[in-house]
Amino acid sequence: MVRQTIILPVLLATAFNVTAAPKPEAVTTLQAQWAQSATQQPFSAKRGAELWRKDGIVQKGNVVRCTTCHGEDLSQQGKHARSGKVIEPMAFSANPDRFTQIKKIKKWLKRNCKWTWGRECTAQEKGDLIEYLVSQ
Amino acid sequence: MKRTLCTAALAGVLGFSAPLTFAGETSWLDWVISFDRKKEVEPVTDATWLEECGACHVAYPPGLLPARSWEKLLAPSALEDHFGENAELDNETLNAIKAYALAHAADNSIYKRSRKVMASIRPDETPLRITETRYIRRKHSEIPEKYIKRNDKVGSLSNCDACHSEIQNGTFDDDTVIIPGVGRDWED
Ligand code: HEC
Ligand code: HEC
Ligand code: HEC
Repeated sequence: MVRQTIILPVLLATAFNVTAAPKPEAVTTLQAQWAQSATQQPFSAKRGAELWRKDGIVQKGNVVRCTTCHGEDLSQQGKHARSGKVIEPMAFSANPDRFTQIKKIKKWLKRNCKWTWGRECTAQEKGDLIEYLVSQ
Repeated sequence: MKRTLCTAALAGVLGFSAPLTFAGETSWLDWVISFDRKKEVEPVTDATWLEECGACHVAYPPGLLPARSWEKLLAPSALEDHFGENAELDNETLNAIKAYALAHAADNSIYKRSRKVMASIRPDETPLRITETRYIRRKHSEIPEKYIKRNDKVGSLSNCDACHSEIQNGTFDDDTVIIPGVGRDWED
């Protein structure tokens, strides 16, 4: 009895690990599109993580980054730098509603890259950033 | 017999007055004869408005600004520089959002607070901020700055939902206000 109660969760956990966190379809579709346009390397979560924390332009006297609104800890809520509104966690594991709509991902990458870096992101950057966010 | 006819006629008038109020400017008479005198602000129910206009700040109820203000805020390409932010939308979404705002704007609303907001704006004024209207300014004039600007959890008066816990129902009543880190007894 005791053994069973231990084994069952372990089994379940392993079963889940194998199938856990498949990329949302929206992400696979978008990454396939980005991969076609001038990307040289396979998308990397490691590069994405660096871009996520990379210094951007100066806004109102402060250097801004993606973390300026989304926060340092992806599993926690963030806060919009201008209005103060709470932004739900970005980590896919903490917020399964994330990265499920193509239109939404494209719209916010366009807005936020301009806001943070003063320019649109390249296809490579977008692919790397999303690879990182989905892996979290 | 005469009674029922009378009631039917009255019901007819009232029934028809409702759709009319949203078609154009609500007349004072419409407001007086409507049974349903709404006290607060019409809550936001439109899914597109909630999604597109509720990402960076709370989705403000259209009943807090007149139609002419929404016209200006939502004019083509106005959203590209929206209080310093890029809130650009595709044409189809923008048109849907604009139609919603105009139909539910303060001057087309029978809700009491919307009427009060309207009454506080001069006809030659087109405020682009809710927080600039005299009615809203007056309601907050006694709150010390340290509870707003210097409050980490608020930051700005525009962040209505930081303090108004029932804004999603259109309710602003002072009984529903909780200033973060201060609570309900902010006046002491
Ligand atoms: C000025 C504040 C701000 C900054 C800076 C910012 N974001 Fe965002 N981001 C938002 C808001 C607001 C949303 C939409 C609200 C939501 O989805 O909770 C959002 C949404 C997103 C989404 C859509 C997520 C989804 O569910 O589809 C992505 C992707 C994203 N941001 C990436 C980035 C990247 C990459 C950077 C840095 C280049 C960045 N953001 C910087 C405010 C910001
Ligand atoms: C990309 C972020 C973003 C999006 C999307 C956005 N806004 Fe805003 N909005 C802001 C910021 C930032 C402010 C200024 C807030 C402040 O001063 O604290 C603002 C302010 C406002 C104000 C004035 C608030 C006041 O002070 O009274 C209104 C009205 C408004 N927005 C309406 C809208 C509408 C309608 C939409 C949807 C079409 C929208 N916003 C979408 C960022 C955004
Ligand atoms: C710092 C917290 C805070 C923020 C942010 C805030 N309010 Fe208020 N609001 C209050 C308080 C406190 C009162 C009650 C004032 C009183 O009773 O004298 C109030 C009162 C009101 C009232 C009148 C309520 C009544 O019972 O008569 C309205 C309407 C209102 N606020 C709308 C808004 C709107 C719209 C916004 C955003 C644009 C906003 N408020 C932002 C704290 C806030």
